[in-house]
Amino acid sequence: MAAKSTLLNMVTCLTAVCLVCSAILAGLYALTAEPIANAAQKALVESISKVLPEGGELSESQSCEADGVEEYYLLSDEQGSPLAYAVKTSTNGFGGTLSLMVGVLPDGTVYNTSVLAHAETPGLGAKCAEDESAFRQQFRNFAGKLLVKKDGGDIDAITASTITSRAFTLCVQQAVDAVKALNTVKEETVNE
Amino acid sequence: MSKLSLITRGILKENPTFVLVLGMCPTLATTTSAINGMEMGLATMFVLILSNIVISILAPAVPDKVHIPVYIVVIATFVTALQLIMQAFLPAVYNTLGLFIPLIVVNCIVLGRAEAFANKNGVVDSALDGVGIGLGFTLALTVIGMVREILGSGSIFGWRFITGDGILAFVLAPGAFIVLGYLMVLFNKISKKN
Repeated sequence: MAAKSTLLNMVTCLTAVCLVCSAILAGLYALTAEPIANAAQKALVESISKVLPEGGELSESQSCEADGVEEYYLLSDEQGSPLAYAVKTSTNGFGGTLSLMVGVLPDGTVYNTSVLAHAETPGLGAKCAEDESAFRQQFRNFAGKLLVKKDGGDIDAITASTITSRAFTLCVQQAVDAVKALNTVKEETVNE
Repeated sequence: MSKLSLITRGILKENPTFVLVLGMCPTLATTTSAINGMEMGLATMFVLILSNIVISILAPAVPDKVHIPVYIVVIATFVTALQLIMQAFLPAVYNTLGLFIPLIVVNCIVLGRAEAFANKNGVVDSALDGVGIGLGFTLALTVIGMVREILGSGSIFGWRFITGDGILAFVLAPGAFIVLGYLMVLFNKISKKN
């Protein structure tokens, strides 16, 4: 039968159980910290290599102060001139933060896109995360006007998901803007 | 009670979803496809079996007045362990289930079995009860997910058999309620007959 509910019994029992449980979790955390970091790194590297052309040398993560852009990675050729940028950008989607990796060529052409995280409606907006969907194919080598057609641009929105489509397009626009801003800064430094 | 009937009871007579109607939050939220439902069911089963085993061992030493906090700590430990392991070795699964893994802690099935079964029975029986109820939950979630996926996306376990869109409502929340309701009717009709 269960032990008596005296104060001493209760305190000892709860303390003992909590101590053992936290010890187990601390051990497990230490064991899994490395694989978790590796998995996150692998996912990031995969998304970068997906949005950039092959070849060239990839830089470390660089911080960026443009709107909605956290960091970017620069792919440059052997002479050190830029081949393409992988820009990590995010905005509010329909159900939460929509976070993308966008590959942009130095002239502002979108090379390819990859969804890092999203919380869009399953079956509707979530189609933006399917690499092969017609919506996403539009962004491959895209140099037109980055707005959905309803707003006067060149992008066909996902049916019944205008907000998701707008958010996605805005993300790509942010990435392109960031790359253009970077290029302007570079030209000014060269001119000086 | 025989060992086998401990397992079949969880699947049929006391099926957590269709008969006991416990753990509805993950049931409705994660069954957008058959594979998602199955993964959620298996994750819950893992926690259920281990927490049943540990609680059946601990129960005699736990004072009555603090038994719920103790059980919750034990359950939360297993859930956090599961979360860490999934994040490290199955990141893809973790991404789809994400938010619902921590919610297994407050899934009434797990605490319910601890209260109703594990603290009164031996280790082996409790483990078998965990297997039974866990299988019942997994099967129920997989079936709901299958029906929703077939009607809503026109595919089964990710394999598409129609081109174009399905009946979208079944992928969204209302479809979850409709499918769950009809399956519950069907399940009870069949099980009452026998």
